[in-house]
Parts: sequence; structure tokens; C-alpha cells
Amino acid sequence: MKKDKLQHNIDRRKFLQTIGAGAIVSTALMGCKERKRVKITPEGIYKEDVPSGQMTYRRTPTSGDSVSLLGYGCMRWPTYPDGEKKGELDQETINSLVDYALEHGINYFDTSPAYCKGESERATGIALKRHPRNQYYIATKLSNFSPDTWSREASLAMYHKSFRELQVDYIDYLLLHGVGMGGMQALHGRYLDNGVLDFLLQERQAGRIRHLGFSYHGDVEVFDYLLSHHDRYKWDFVQIQLNYVDWLHAKEVNTRNTNAEYLYGELQKRGIPAVIMEPLLGGRLASHTQHLMARLKENRPTASIASWAFRFAGTPEGVLTVLSGMTYMEHLQDNIRTFSPLEPCSNEELELLEKTAQDMLRYPSISCTGCQYCMPCPYGIDIPGIFRHYNKCINEGNVPSGLQDENYEKARRAFLVGYDRSVPRLRQANHCIGCNQCSHHCPQGINIPQQMQRIDRFVEDLKQGREI
Amino acid sequence: MLRKIRIFFATLFLVGITILFLDFTGVTHAWLGWMAKVQLLPAILSMNVAVITFLLLLTLIFGRLYCSIICPLGIFQDIWAWSGRKVKKNRYKYSPAKNYLRYTLLALFIIAMIAGIGQVIALLAPYSTYGRMVNNLFSPLYNVINNVLAYGAERAESYAFYTTDVWIKSIFSLLLSVATFAILAVLAWRNGRTYCNTICPVGSLLGFVARFSLLRPTINTDKCNGCRRCERNCKASCIDIDSHTIDYSRCVACMDCIDNCRQGAITYKMRRHKNRVVEDVKTDTQRRDFLTVSALIATTPLVNAQGKVDGGLAIIEEKKIPTRTTRIVPPGAMSIRNYEQHCIACQLCVSACPNGVLRPSQQLATLLQPEASYERGYCRPECVKCSQVCPTGAIKPITTEDKSAIQVGHAVWIKENCVTLTDGVACDNCARHCPSAAIQMISSDSNNPQAPLIPAIDTERCIGCGACENLCPARPFSAIYVEGHLNHRTI
Repeated sequence: MKKDKLQHNIDRRKFLQTIGAGAIVSTALMGCKERKRVKITPEGIYKEDVPSGQMTYRRTPTSGDSVSLLGYGCMRWPTYPDGEKKGELDQETINSLVDYALEHGINYFDTSPAYCKGESERATGIALKRHPRNQYYIATKLSNFSPDTWSREASLAMYHKSFRELQVDYIDYLLLHGVGMGGMQALHGRYLDNGVLDFLLQERQAGRIRHLGFSYHGDVEVFDYLLSHHDRYKWDFVQIQLNYVDWLHAKEVNTRNTNAEYLYGELQKRGIPAVIMEPLLGGRLASHTQHLMARLKENRPTASIASWAFRFAGTPEGVLTVLSGMTYMEHLQDNIRTFSPLEPCSNEELELLEKTAQDMLRYPSISCTGCQYCMPCPYGIDIPGIFRHYNKCINEGNVPSGLQDENYEKARRAFLVGYDRSVPRLRQANHCIGCNQCSHHCPQGINIPQQMQRIDRFVEDLKQGREI
Repeated sequence: MLRKIRIFFATLFLVGITILFLDFTGVTHAWLGWMAKVQLLPAILSMNVAVITFLLLLTLIFGRLYCSIICPLGIFQDIWAWSGRKVKKNRYKYSPAKNYLRYTLLALFIIAMIAGIGQVIALLAPYSTYGRMVNNLFSPLYNVINNVLAYGAERAESYAFYTTDVWIKSIFSLLLSVATFAILAVLAWRNGRTYCNTICPVGSLLGFVARFSLLRPTINTDKCNGCRRCERNCKASCIDIDSHTIDYSRCVACMDCIDNCRQGAITYKMRRHKNRVVEDVKTDTQRRDFLTVSALIATTPLVNAQGKVDGGLAIIEEKKIPTRTTRIVPPGAMSIRNYEQHCIACQLCVSACPNGVLRPSQQLATLLQPEASYERGYCRPECVKCSQVCPTGAIKPITTEDKSAIQVGHAVWIKENCVTLTDGVACDNCARHCPSAAIQMISSDSNNPQAPLIPAIDTERCIGCGACENLCPARPFSAIYVEGHLNHRTI
């Protein structure tokens, strides 16, 4: 007995020593890392350096281009907020953003004749013209969406105009813009039947297009068709929508979309590099509800929420560059930090992001502002009250994610007890009959009966202890 | 010492059973449910041989200990008798047994059980009487206190307490309980166990058995000095010092006399000479028959429990109870017949029902026996609490899986009330909430594709849970209501 105890003590001491040593090592490691990036100024201000010269680059297989993993999306250039030039692009700011980006290693700029009311190419061209042509790669697109521009002449005119707007004599990366929208019919109309794609292949041959690819949204048949003819077209790259929600849950966001896992996998099979768009899912991955945010912050306290999405998009080796439309210097700086160099997501982190995606989709909060325009409901439902309670619970994390969730019981109780407290039973969501007299009053465009039924189903699941 | 042990167990049982009836959260049922199941009448009705045997043996060995430590109504009376003795000492005196009255009532009771006259049983059964008092008198008080705590908890952002509805489930039941409470309190205060020894059928039955009990308080005539302290403090009035005898059919083995005797002349000991072996009293467990008398007592409107109404909220009219041809009894009851044969109206299921569905019947024929109605809530799929607590087998234990297939009634659509036609709005709330998908929306006019959709009920799939009736927007009468079934079916 005594011996056992002694043994136990020694074990504990040993254990503590190991832990202590580990702590010292990790502190030292952290110290190294922090010294590079963070300093406390003499004024006592926390300052995080934006590293230059540490950007991660990937190679384009067909040309050997070294492309920065962070690409600049030029569809959100800053505009003047007011004054006589209100709404026009703020060229001065654009120049400084481009300068800063180049200085910190970004060399891929993605624009289109359609962006910024058609002004993006020119503004991007002006800003880049101030730098040597061999320091950056320009990607632009053949954005002949409107059927008036489907003719060969109109399409070629658009193509040639891009050269003038960008003030270049060759384009590094040219994309068929948004194939898949409009299905096979639009693909035929825009590129195949009018011979435009054949023309572009010739242009690549001639060296005026260094790489030819396409950006894909929508009908997966078009994606599959274009890849099945890879032998003929020899795609240098393909642009797809990829983020930790679209990876496995694209259909839940938009029924027309296809999981990025599939798209990326198809490209990998053929060795085609992927350019990533929508890494933040239209900004939805830049911020989360409180408890999802807390979970990410617990893992990386000082990293921004957006950085998780960028790291996710940059992690697959077959990704050439991740596009981000950076309007503000702060976003640019944060993204440069994320990619200088990229720290790929570990398996645990990938799991965490998948869980985050699931939770996010399961409990999208409702954009009710409580304006009461929908009230009074003729059947007595307290519409804003129900939405307020639901959003509050989502924000506080009192929404269990499943029966196995360790705080299931606590969250269930908080949700149900709180529900009865905030909304009298007769005014709860289960009394919504779906007459839809409310929805057209809603300035947020909420489909109120649909949301009521969703909340009602959720409450039923909780009450019945069903898997949610 | 023996008296202290008796008081200890009595307190345990009284508190336990009271909590059982007060607890609306259902947490304690798992721990205390057995206390209801060891009550004699529930055990007889549920044919619980183990409990019946145990109680008979207990009585054969120890006398009417059951009346002193297990029966909540007996303990309840003891409290009043004790208070009465505090005010005036030595207040009782020996009285001869009113055997004619006792056994007549016992006989009547047995006849009532055989004939299935539920009202008589509900009124006389001691455990039911106590249950009703707690349910009608103490429970509202308990709930109000709970609600005050919940109010505090809400402000403290705590979810420890939640608000529960306080409502009068039956005005008759309430008045009856007030009367019972008053009568029993006065009787017990003045004369101790009068009720137990003259009226209570369980007391009479056990009294008959206790005549032959093995252990009993015995007066040692050598030591007795005839001071009559024991006699004047015997709440059962069963000690006759003149003849130095104790009427063991009335003695509830409370052990007060042993403690009171300063001479040490009374001891609790084995009977001296063994009489003939007591033949087992034939307990009549024959089921009661179904009684069909359908006299109506005017249904009492429920008290409005709806909270305040803000300017932005439409006023919600109170729902009214539809007059059902056949009443609805909970799943697990098997049939109205089985239910009425077994239910002793103790109201334990009413206490346990978290959905405001069960309440005592107001009808003369089924007086006080709980029945279901759906204005306040409906019989939710995840809940089988009533079946778990029922001590008499009136509601047999079922699982939620069983429940999903037990048809206790079927829904009936009333075209004239349906808002799709009266208000001209789209509504499918009944169809959407039907747990057995027995309702589908169909066109009200097959020639007109724009015609409003109305519910069509598949009565074969309907289980009668009342979700449709409860959630129907039509008020005060729902456009869809549940009609009970005489025999429950598994579908």
C-alpha cells in the first residue's frame, strides 16, 4: 500500500516535469514566432507586423509561374463614399492597396470586364501599370453574359477591350466567366457554337493568353462537360467556389451548387490547379455566432475568424491561389498575415471547421430587426418575440447540436424554459398556421411562416429528444 | 421507542406521497412512485399480488400498522389529532365499536367495487381522498411558490425553475376537497380516528384481519393501576380499561398507549395462545362492471390563465371544451371499461400530466375520474407520465413507442369552424402537427384548383392525441376535435 502510494507520487512528479518541460518548449516556440510578428511599442500599443517576403507561392504546372497563394480579387475596389465623385472608384486608394499588395508578395490580380460596373479593369490596369509588367499576373475573363454579347464579334470586342483597359499586350490568365450559369445552352451560345473558345485556344497558341481556364458556378453538367474535353482544351487552371461550407454542404446553401470536394477532386484527377473564389462564402465566414466564434477563438485566440476560412481554402495542395476581394487595408493586412506563410489546417482543425459548417447551417440566425411591421399577427403569434428568443439562444450557444452534445441537456432546458418565458405558449411558433399575411410587410424579406415552421420543428425535436 | 419508529416511518410516507402529488416536473416519480403502488386499494385494483400479500402479512403480524404509517390520510388525521391533544389533554374515551356501520359500509364498498360504481369508490378510498386534497388544495399553493421562484430565476438568468400553470381543473373536485379537508380535520381534532374506524373501507377490512395479529399491545393487569391515561389518549378509542381489553380491529398500532403508561403495564408483544390459523380473508378483486349513466353536470368554464396582452398582439380567445360523445381517457387505459373498473380517482396522473390535458371528470357517472381534453395542451408523443404513475392499473405502463400506435380516439372536422373557409386564409396547422400523419390537405373544390385546401382525416391512422384540436386556430371551438373511443386500439 505504502509502496503504491510512493510510486504514485513519483509518477505524478515525473508527469509534472514532463508537462513543465513541454510548457517551456512551447513558450519558447511561441516566443520565437511572436518576436517576428508582434511587438509592444514604447507607447504601450500592441502592434502586429505585416510580414513581407514570407508569402506562400504555388506553381502553375503548365508554365511554372510562381503565384502568390493569396490573390487579389478586384471586384470590390473602394469607391468614394460621398462628395461629387460619390460611387466612383477611388483610384488613389486602389493604387496604394495595389502597391501594398505587391510589396508584400501578392502577384495575382483577378478582374473582369463586368466588375465594379465595368470600371474594375481600367482601375486595376492604372494601378498595375505603375509597376514592372513581370512582377504580377493579370487574370481577366470573357464575361459575355448578356445574350447581346453572345455573337462572335461582340465577344471578341469584349476580349480586345480588356487589353486596352488593362493596358497590356498579353493576359496571364484568361477565364470563360461563370460557365454553368444557364446550363449547357448558355455554354453553347457563349463559347462553343460561335467559335469563341476555338479563337481563345488560338490566342493561347499565339501567346497573347498565357493560361486559359474557366470559372464555374451552377450546373455541374457544364463543369463535367468541359473537363471531359480536357484533352482538347488543355485547361491551365479552373476557378471554383471552395470554402469549408461548400466543401461538403454546397447544396444546403444553394441547391444549384455542387460540393467543392467533388469539383476539386475532379481537377486533381487531371492535374489542373484550382483558383479559389468565395473562400468566405460572401462574407458569411468572416463572422459567426458567439459560441461558434468562441470555439474558433479558443483554438487560436489572436487569429481572425476570416483567417480560418482562408487557411482552409489554401490548405489543399492543388490550390493555386485564393482570391479575396479586399476593399480595406485592414483586410489586406490580415490576409497577408494569414498567407505569410500559410500554416495549413491540421486534421483536427479541418474537423473543427466541418463541425462549424454543420452548426452554422443547422442554425442560421434570423435577420429580424424587431421592427414589428408584421404585427399584429391575426392569429396572435408573437413573431418578433419568437425570432428574438431563437436568435438569442443561437448567439449564446444554447442550441444543442445533437443528442451527443455534452451540454445537450443544459441547452435544451435553457431553450425550452426560456421559450415559455419569452413567448406565451399560445403565441409560440406552433400556432402559426402559415396564412402568410405577414411576409410582405417584412423589410428584411424573411419568409416568416417558413421560419416559424423551422423553429417549430426544432422545438419539437428538442421536446421529443429526437436527433436534431 | 416504538412510537418514535412509527412516527419516523409515518413522516417518511406522508412527505413522500405528498411530494409525489405535488411534483409537476416528474422528477420524483421514479423514486417515490412505489409509495402510491403499496397503497392497498390501488394494489387490489391492479391485482398486485405481491403488495396485497405483503400488506396482509404486515397486518397479520403487526396489526393495523398500515393505517399508521402507510396510509397518507391516516397520518394526515394523526397530525390533527395530535394538535387536538396539545390543546386539550386526555380528551378521548373508550367507545364501543360501531360494527354495524363499519361492516355495512365495507359491504357497500365491496358491492360498489363489484358493480363498478366508481363514484362510491372514489369518495371512500382513503388514498384517493388524500390525493385529491393535495391536488386541489396544496398543489396550487406549491405551484404559486414555484412560480415566484421561477420569477426570481428568470431575473437571475437561471433556468433552475420554470413557470407552471395554476388552474382549477374541476370546481366540483375542489369543493369536495375543501369539504373533506374540513370534516376530517374537525373529526380528527375532536375524536381521533373516527373516520378510519367507522367509514374507511380499508380500515374496516384491515381491522378484520388485525383481530388475528401476532403482535399486539397487551395490558398487564398486574401492573395496571386503572389510571385510564391510555384509554383517554387512545385516538382509536379502542382501549377499555374497565375490562382491560383492547379492540384490535380498531387499534392502529400507534404505540401511544405504551408510551403513555407510567406503570409500564402495556407492552407490544406476541399473543399468548395461538388461536386457529387465520384463514385468508377473501379479498374480492373482481373487476367492476361498466356503468353507463350519462347525466350531465353543466361544464364549468375554465378560469382564464392567459397573461397580459400587449398592444401589438391580437387577443386570443379562450378555447371551450367540446361536448364529446365518448370521453377520452389516456393511452394505456386499454378501454373505457378497464379504466372505469380500475380508476379510484386519486388524481396522481392529473398531478403528473405536464400538458394540462388530464382533469377530473365532472360527470356524475364518472365522477372525479380523470379524463383528457385538449384546450390547454395535447397528449404529447414523448410523454407517458400518467401511465408510469398510475398505481391501480387503470392506465397500464406504456412506452412512447407503444403510445405512437395506440388509438384513443379519432379527429372529427367541423367544416363550419375551419379558418380556411371562414377566414379565407391558408392553414394547414392540423396536418403539419399530426404526429401520425393522419391528416392531409385536400382541395375543397375539385373543379377549382385555386380553392382553399381543407383537412382530410384518415381515422384509421389517427391516434387521438389532440395536436390538431389544440393547435387549431379556430376559437372558441376548434374546427377539428377528438372523439374518444370505447376500446383503445393498437394501429
